Amino acid sequence: MMNHLYELLKIVLASPYTLPVIYGIVIVAVLPLVAGYVVLVERKVMADMQARLGPMRVGPHGLLQPIADAIKLLLKEDIIPEKADVWIFWLAPLISVTAGMLALAPVGIGPAFQIAKDIDVGILFIAGISSLGIFGIVLGGWASNSHYSLMGALRSAAQLVSYETAAGMALVSGLLLGGSLQIRALVEEQAKQGVWFVALAPIAFFIYLVASIAETNRAPFDLPEAESELVAGYMTEYSGFRWSLYFLAEYANMMVVGSVATTIFLGGWLRPFSSVGGAAGRAIDTVPGALLLGVAAYCLYRAPKQPVTVQKLVMVAVAGLCAVVAAALLAPVFVAQALWMMPAIHGAFWFLLKVGGYIYLFMWLRFTLPRYRFDQLMRLGWYFLIPVSIVNVMGIGIALVLHWERGMNLALALGLTTLMTLAVAAVLVRAELKREEQLRQAASGDAYAG
Amino acid sequence: MAETTQNGTGPAGGGSSAQQTLLGADELILNMGPQHPSTHGVLRVKLKLDGERVAGSECVIGYLHRGVEKIAEHRTYQQFAPYVDRMDYVAAVSNGLGYCEAVEKLMGVEAPPRAKVIRTLLTELQRIASHLLWLATHALDIGALTPLFYCFREREEILKILEKYCGARLTTHAFRIGGLQYDAYDTLEKDVERFCADFLKRIVEYEDLLTGNRIWLGRTRGVGVLSAEDAIAMGVTGPVLRASGVPWDIRKAMPYAAYDQFEFDIPVGKNGDTFDRYVVRMEEMRQSVRICRQAIGKIPAGPILAKVGKVLKPPVGEVYHAIEAPKGELGYYIVSDGTVQPYRVRIRPPSFINLQAFDKMARGHLVADVVAIIGTLDIVLGEVDR
Amino acid sequence: MLDKVIFYFFAAIAVGSALLMITRKSAVHSAIFLTTTLLATAGIFLQLRAEFLFIVQIILYVGGIMVLFIFVIMLVNLDVAAQQIQYSRQKWVALVLSLALAGQVGAMIWRAGKLPGQGMLVRGVAAAESLPPNAEAVAQSLFGPYMLSFEIASLLLLVAMIGAVVMAKKKV
Repeated sequence: MMNHLYELLKIVLASPYTLPVIYGIVIVAVLPLVAGYVVLVERKVMADMQARLGPMRVGPHGLLQPIADAIKLLLKEDIIPEKADVWIFWLAPLISVTAGMLALAPVGIGPAFQIAKDIDVGILFIAGISSLGIFGIVLGGWASNSHYSLMGALRSAAQLVSYETAAGMALVSGLLLGGSLQIRALVEEQAKQGVWFVALAPIAFFIYLVASIAETNRAPFDLPEAESELVAGYMTEYSGFRWSLYFLAEYANMMVVGSVATTIFLGGWLRPFSSVGGAAGRAIDTVPGALLLGVAAYCLYRAPKQPVTVQKLVMVAVAGLCAVVAAALLAPVFVAQALWMMPAIHGAFWFLLKVGGYIYLFMWLRFTLPRYRFDQLMRLGWYFLIPVSIVNVMGIGIALVLHWERGMNLALALGLTTLMTLAVAAVLVRAELKREEQLRQAASGDAYAG
Repeated sequence: MAETTQNGTGPAGGGSSAQQTLLGADELILNMGPQHPSTHGVLRVKLKLDGERVAGSECVIGYLHRGVEKIAEHRTYQQFAPYVDRMDYVAAVSNGLGYCEAVEKLMGVEAPPRAKVIRTLLTELQRIASHLLWLATHALDIGALTPLFYCFREREEILKILEKYCGARLTTHAFRIGGLQYDAYDTLEKDVERFCADFLKRIVEYEDLLTGNRIWLGRTRGVGVLSAEDAIAMGVTGPVLRASGVPWDIRKAMPYAAYDQFEFDIPVGKNGDTFDRYVVRMEEMRQSVRICRQAIGKIPAGPILAKVGKVLKPPVGEVYHAIEAPKGELGYYIVSDGTVQPYRVRIRPPSFINLQAFDKMARGHLVADVVAIIGTLDIVLGEVDR
Repeated sequence: MLDKVIFYFFAAIAVGSALLMITRKSAVHSAIFLTTTLLATAGIFLQLRAEFLFIVQIILYVGGIMVLFIFVIMLVNLDVAAQQIQYSRQKWVALVLSLALAGQVGAMIWRAGKLPGQGMLVRGVAAAESLPPNAEAVAQSLFGPYMLSFEIASLLLLVAMIGAVVMAKKKV
């Protein structure tokens, strides 16, 4: 009997499916927790930009707030509108969450943590599965059995579909430079060329940034789900756990677009100046560990100042956790036997740092900018982003042909492309401003007395 | 016409119904119910929609009617003074100023100069506070989440000054008929000076966030245009009137309190759209700071309360006295029959009259602009309904 | 062994969803089941290592065409109409025809299995590892031998798009 079990264990461990399944289970189990903490980070960042403190009571510095929120949402009453279609009402948030989580499958958090390793069409996979999330929104709005919920959902879906084109075109620009659809190959290409693609195709990065904000329904493009909008959004009739599923899907989507942008434009899991070796390279390699040691030190410094003993203990625990991770990060740099750990752990750290920076940018924009009206939003997508992204793709294609066939310097060719695209963008912006001016003249054309 | 509220349980309670017009086209009536995050109180707006555009609207008010004017007939003049604070609860001090000055006019007494200057100082501070709240909620409706907190941070400073002065932050009952009850506390001038110096830097912060922002401009320029003739015809007053191009400000035209002693400008707009109203109110805040600074240096010594006696019995007669409240012309029409209680107090609330312009301003705009237009009118339902 | 399990899983979903799709009363439910059928088919493509086809099926068919289907169904509110006219009188003819078609296809597959080398037209199956990356292979053939058809197809699509825009604008 024990022998049988042992044989089974050996088969399972040797199978190529085991590790990806484990990663998959980890992601599905850990993602809600991570999303909860991203929400906490958002609240703290919002508070910081609004000159206040944010959650401070639940746990030291609000660190246990997501857990309290999760418990509250799980215990809420499950309300289903009377004439709603119960099956679809149940299904819609599920689709959103599944699409969001599934899209994380090919994402390589480090060179070692990737669930779908060999898929040749990695980036397309992410784009395609993200577009499945539209179903979750549309069905959610429809299942609420309210005319205005449905209109809000269809508007949101229209916004997503419009900005998908621009996002896809921007990604294509990066893919042209990378030469492959495989995630691993893209990052390795950036390592080979020694420069992140954001330096080679900055306009593509900018277009992807704007389009991905619209893709995830974040401000300034969040009219379909804003409170002061008359047409109630698709999430109105959802409460408690179902609503938290939609919320989780939104933050999972944010992480997905952040991962895609990081992989294609920001060098994936490469550390900055990855081609620089020697002493400078080692100095940069100590940065992750040093950062986390700093965080651990700060937690220890704040621990005695907490009012309650439990909070003091939590702070010390957090400090200990950071110290352990810092040790894991510093070990490969200083201890030769641990060098095999280096790509996996350091790669994961840099990747998460870059995704975190991208998401911080999302949050920053949310709290700074007002909201676009829906027609202005669609205008921006169709009249500005899509033409500029198409011109950008053509330009980068031409630049690459010039570089490969005629031997022109790549940086020079891409610089010219950027200038050309900027010129086209300037023309479009001028036309838009003139049109707005004309509209305003027409609206307020009366002569005024006094 | 039956109105179905299908998701009336949500905070953005709205229902709709369609009725066939003669031409067979569908006309949808959308109800922005009294419970709505953006109607600044219990305002109900019935919008007639033609597709996405507003074809007509009707404001249903009265949800906050408390019978203030009727109550006034059964209170003595001093007893009624706290009631006026509750009308425009955002700018309680101005309400009090208008009422006290109206009764003083009726009685033929004048507040002593010291009281006048302190009244002016506090009223201008209150004007800044009212405009700050307006900016906070207006920006929040349009989607900018951050100015709310910045504006409230400044408003907090003003409310602290008011609390130090009279003990209350919101419904202050700061003035008495004939002058003031409390003298300026010892650090009043220092507090106000510090606030003014700080505030001028903060206004720059708000303008950085909003004025040059393309999205803000796109949401406010050309939205809710009110021409000067329409404004005058409908009796609109205050920043709304001045943004439409009419340079009318009661503080300059018929000065009251100590306004004739101070130098300040009246900002006037050009197009009468939401953006102009925004610019006018921002500039008004700056001018208020200017007045405050001049007032601090000029507070004369002397008594703070004129000799009016404990029992106020104004002679038989009537008076109308209007002041420039932050929202417009706030007028009090008081009829006295010689007893201690007024015969009739009629209050002319600026928000009530300004709200009439809503229909004209909203026609032809998209539904999403309606919220911006309500915000730009700067109405307070306590004043509209009384 | 695992291959067979996965194949039968996807196949069962595909067939089951197809059956459910044609027997539902609500148009939205039918659309959802059509979506599941398409997703299951995409899964089978993925199992056959046709990765590009798999993802294009999802992006275009599910993410594009089905979204449009659902838009139209929801905006036009077919439910009322659909629930009144449940089953048409042609169902018996339809049943006979589909059984005949199924019989013919089944016979063909049966015979192909029996006679090796004389079955259906399949150009020798390549080993999965020897395939070039899918997207590249498709791109090579699109821009190589099939260039003309590709351009003609894109022109057709352009004409259709322009036509749709013109017709939609006329209404406004």
